[in-house]
Amino acid sequence: MWRRIASLILKEFKMLWKDRKSRMVLVVPPLVQLVLFASAATFEVSDAALGLWIEDRAHPAQELVSRFEASPAFRVVARFDNPQAVQEALDSQKVKAVLHVGQSFSADVAAGRPARVQLLLDGRKSNAALILQSYALGIVESFNLARAGQAVAELNMHPRAWFNPNFDSRWFILPGLTVLLTITATLLITALSVARERELGTFEQLLVTPLQPMEILVGKTVPALCIGFVEANVIAVLACLTYGVPFVGSVVLFNVSIAIFVLSAVGIGLVISSVAKTQQQAILGVFLFLSPAMVLSGFTTPIANMPDWAQALTHLNPIRYMVTLSRGIFLQDLPWALAWPQLWPMALIGCVTLSYATWLFSRRLE
Amino acid sequence: MPATVTLAGLGKTFGMTAALTDVTATIGAGQITGLVGPDGAGKTTLLRLIAGLLAPDTGTLEILGHPTAERDAVRDEIGYMPQRFGLYEDLTVQENLNLQADLHDLDAATRRERFETLLQFTGLARFTGRLAGQLSGGMKQKLGLACALLPRPKLLLLDEPSAGVDPASRRELWRIVRTMAGTGVAIVWSTAYLDEAERCDSFLLLDGGRLLASGNPADFTHRMQGRTFLVGLPEQQRHRIQRIAASLPSVADATIQGRSLRLVLKEGSALPDLAELVGGDATAHPTRPRFEDAFVSLLQADQPPVPAPRVQEGMTRSADGIAIEARDLTRDFGTFRAVDRVSFSVKPGEILGLLGPNGAGKSTTFRMLCGLLSPSAGSAHVAGVDLGRARATARERIGYMSQKFSLYGNLSVRDNLDFFSGVYGLAGRRRSSRIAWTIESFDLAAVADLEAGSLPLGFKQRLALGCALLHEPQVLFLDEPTSGVDPLMRREFWSRIGGLAEGGVTVLVTSHFMEEAEYCDRLGIVYAGRMIASGSPDAMKQRFVTAELPEPTLEDAFVGLIREHDAERQGAAAA
Amino acid sequence: MISARTFFRRFGGLLRKEFVQIVRDPSSIAIALVMPVVLLLLIGFGISLDARNVRFGIVDENRSVESAGLFQAFANTPYFRPFSFLSSRAAEAALMRGDIEGFVVLRSDFSRRVTDPVRAADIAIVVNGVDANNARIVTGYAQGVVATWLLGHRRDRARPVLSPVTVENRYWFNPEIRSTNFIVPGLIAMVMTMIGALLTALVVAREWERGTMEAMLASPASMTEILLGKLVAYFVLGLGGLGVSVFIGLVVFEVPFRGSAEVLVGISSVFLIVSLAMGLLISTVARSQFVAAQLAFLVTFMPALILSGLMFDIESMPHWVQAVTTVFPARYFVSSLQTLFLAGTVWPVLLPNLAMLVGFAILFLALAIARTRRSLE
Repeated sequence: MWRRIASLILKEFKMLWKDRKSRMVLVVPPLVQLVLFASAATFEVSDAALGLWIEDRAHPAQELVSRFEASPAFRVVARFDNPQAVQEALDSQKVKAVLHVGQSFSADVAAGRPARVQLLLDGRKSNAALILQSYALGIVESFNLARAGQAVAELNMHPRAWFNPNFDSRWFILPGLTVLLTITATLLITALSVARERELGTFEQLLVTPLQPMEILVGKTVPALCIGFVEANVIAVLACLTYGVPFVGSVVLFNVSIAIFVLSAVGIGLVISSVAKTQQQAILGVFLFLSPAMVLSGFTTPIANMPDWAQALTHLNPIRYMVTLSRGIFLQDLPWALAWPQLWPMALIGCVTLSYATWLFSRRLE
Repeated sequence: MPATVTLAGLGKTFGMTAALTDVTATIGAGQITGLVGPDGAGKTTLLRLIAGLLAPDTGTLEILGHPTAERDAVRDEIGYMPQRFGLYEDLTVQENLNLQADLHDLDAATRRERFETLLQFTGLARFTGRLAGQLSGGMKQKLGLACALLPRPKLLLLDEPSAGVDPASRRELWRIVRTMAGTGVAIVWSTAYLDEAERCDSFLLLDGGRLLASGNPADFTHRMQGRTFLVGLPEQQRHRIQRIAASLPSVADATIQGRSLRLVLKEGSALPDLAELVGGDATAHPTRPRFEDAFVSLLQADQPPVPAPRVQEGMTRSADGIAIEARDLTRDFGTFRAVDRVSFSVKPGEILGLLGPNGAGKSTTFRMLCGLLSPSAGSAHVAGVDLGRARATARERIGYMSQKFSLYGNLSVRDNLDFFSGVYGLAGRRRSSRIAWTIESFDLAAVADLEAGSLPLGFKQRLALGCALLHEPQVLFLDEPTSGVDPLMRREFWSRIGGLAEGGVTVLVTSHFMEEAEYCDRLGIVYAGRMIASGSPDAMKQRFVTAELPEPTLEDAFVGLIREHDAERQGAAAA
Repeated sequence: MISARTFFRRFGGLLRKEFVQIVRDPSSIAIALVMPVVLLLLIGFGISLDARNVRFGIVDENRSVESAGLFQAFANTPYFRPFSFLSSRAAEAALMRGDIEGFVVLRSDFSRRVTDPVRAADIAIVVNGVDANNARIVTGYAQGVVATWLLGHRRDRARPVLSPVTVENRYWFNPEIRSTNFIVPGLIAMVMTMIGALLTALVVAREWERGTMEAMLASPASMTEILLGKLVAYFVLGLGGLGVSVFIGLVVFEVPFRGSAEVLVGISSVFLIVSLAMGLLISTVARSQFVAAQLAFLVTFMPALILSGLMFDIESMPHWVQAVTTVFPARYFVSSLQTLFLAGTVWPVLLPNLAMLVGFAILFLALAIARTRRSLE
């Protein structure tokens, strides 16, 4: 039996390797995606186009304005003197935000009355807006501090971000991206493998041999497992070397998690492959699974922010667990005890899907 | 009459392969021109060039006086039926016809008239509401033809219209096409069946992209007059005798035809010593030459003779008793009964051929015996193992070669052999020696490290057979093993099979080619899910000898049997 | 030149055929109508970029009226769900475990500092920086809560207040700053991209496989007519999908719509043509299904998600990445949708987007036709 499985595994590897197209497809897209998305995916907002509507010429106003001008987050692109111009500029997205300092600002400040400035933000890009808002708040805070500073500072707030002192969003995204790229490659390979054999006709040839359904499945699982493994590690290494993401956790834990993750992904891929009659259907299946799974995994938005039913759904999604684990291992030196609650659900998903695939397979043979 | 189509020096290359080289010919109106040749000869390419789907790389092509550049002017005059008929399976018969009418811009009155004629002509009038995908093979064929005929073309191009269809439907199609030719349409009928070529008014013989011969089939065949003979064969050793005969210097071709050996002598040669060859008081009866004889001798002239394949005799452990047994084998797909209580048995070392059109249940029966499908009822025993109970054990004793090359195209020959030997549990010395044997016996040494998918068809076929034999099976299942292959390769293939059979391997083969059926020891005709007849090829032919038909071919027998069966069923239904 | 009547009869026949096939093949309908619904509902409800009910720890080493007041301030906002901790270490452990997302440390001298006009109160805010985006937002919120509380506290105490300046934020077009309003239009764009590419890529490949494409090419119908027939039919189907998506956006997600419906249909139509043509192009370029799958994914889904402006702000990306995004049509569509839904028919934004989309449509169509003609070779 082992000899049969070994032959099958060897054949699968050869097939993946010898086909120049599939070799390229395994290597190029993940790299391209890694580079593109690592560079594109930034939650920082910098150089935001800012418009100024300053109705007050006095010194405090000027000082506040100059702080905004000096900040790397903003780039002053226009000055307005009437609300219509402001409206038009925001409408046509010439500016992302407008700082409005009213006429009474300096007077209020000098008299010790509560003073207010307005920040008008383009709500169409609400994420950017939220971030700009917090930048602006920071600038105003430092203004407050400086103004009162010679004598007394009212309040010192020292924000500290654990594990990511610079709030570097790349540190947040890349561990998650590693997971996404791994599962994309794994799913595509697995889902297409059986469907392709069926379409080419070689599947029938396999069925006539002494190979048992279980053996065929193992033969398909092992190469996908290896490839997923290699892919995850390579991307992780690239993330650390090229983008400077730290890796403070245990390499062993990382690879164990990856192994379980890829197994569960392979299980899903095999189920899709058993159900699909043609390669096209297999592709469709992978697409339809990955689209919601990627978005609802905590990759971009925290699971805690989702409604309860969505959170419940994510429990079925292996990506969710692996993303948590990945971030934990890269940035937090996650100990095994804390990793365990993420590992066993993935393993369970893997078992269930693999068994289901086996059952489907045996039935499908007819 | 001026030619409808004139080709001069036509050539077409795809990448590195020259699909057609320097083809010069004419196709006349009111004639059926047969485009003959094996797969890969360039038939489809030539048809596509004429149909305007491809542009020639070299040479000129004129249709009804219009060169290639003016193709659009004649599109309405050309009817084209591609392989697989070009039908929309999701559309009904009527909808397919409507579409064609729309494409050819026929107004309401014209199309109504033509629909009526064509539907009646093809016998599809009752089925206008049926989805094209649900038609039988023969009916699809006729619908495809009807669609091609709708614009009343002057040139009709048919790409292997009779492939895979039962002989009765094939004859009907021929009748229809013959009628069309009578109205002045120029018809090109491409086929791999050489007996069809005989019936054409004119033919073009392609091989490897080159035009080997053309003209009148009768003239072509006539060249072989006086060189073809039939010699009676003894019960045993038929295949061995055939192999020896084929390698004689005076013999151009030697094939088995039922109980006889058909000899075609080389030009200017005399009969070999029959007593030595066959033994006893064997005599040679002259017989009418066939188109195929002329084709083969032409091919032989081009190529060096293929060395007779070495067959290791006694290499398999033969089973005792019955090698294959099917008892009341039945298979249902939902409410549709594909196979209805089929029973037969095959002795060790026997070659049984399953014949029948697509959809008759032949393939389903075959698959049940291979262990690919489980029967709904009945039992199957192969190599002494009950398939219902010990399928895995059975598989170790079965070799399987599927219809269209189903080995791993992007792996090398050696990789494929490695894989299959491993999967069948061969290891160590046995494995390496079996692989070496396969490479040597099947002449694969030169291509061992090339990608299997890039090999020419003959090599692929050899590789497939080799992989099926790696584990020295007792029973060999061959599913249409020689479809699309040229006659020489087919002969070589059957030499090997013959040798294997003599060595004790049991062979179950399916086929559409009647001449191939002649190599079998016994035949089983599967039609409408039943086995309607079984027996040796000669016995079957014998049943249909009449005054008008003293030498019926197997095809005649086939058609006759089906007719009998249908008549019986109708009679039973009426009673 | 063919007559109009001939053209219409031919084209009509082709169209009729396509529609009959669509109706009889459920997979096309599933892709165009069912998939958008499922994806929109799942993702639309699933994603939220707003921080709400953030579990936040308050380490109160002071245990005074003031610190209790601050705790209450946190509890009163919808943004936070505060938990009380007795020591920093307990809070740190909770943060490690993921029970809380951040905490604030009020030292034992907190109340004294707060009432003392001279010395400042020192408050440490610690957040889990792994999710930088969230961390930043949470930090901002927390700072805001503390600052507001302090202001109120000082005022209550009738102390002379060196009033800090506060910022009033107003969100144009999206006053409640519902991230759904921002995401759903982007999602609709993403769904349209996928529909377009999937539909045509699958459909054309099928014709080649079944051999019907060959028969069609031999007939008087030209390649352009054949492809256009497919395009039109699937365009209609895609519009159906768009209608369903917009309906869900308006009714289920209550995203406001302030633009003109005609412009919406117009721009969406152009985008639909673009993605259908893209699908056609993919099906001609990728002979192998394996390659086609990766291509389709690489070229439609990922960019639509990440490079279109849906999630990440394009102007903040490195310049070379910004250049890359100009190549993806989805970007222009997302921007148009966001404007149409939330702002209205703002031509300075819509016109350039529309021009780009039209350009893409022409480009992809021409490429698809050119390549398919050569495909038979």
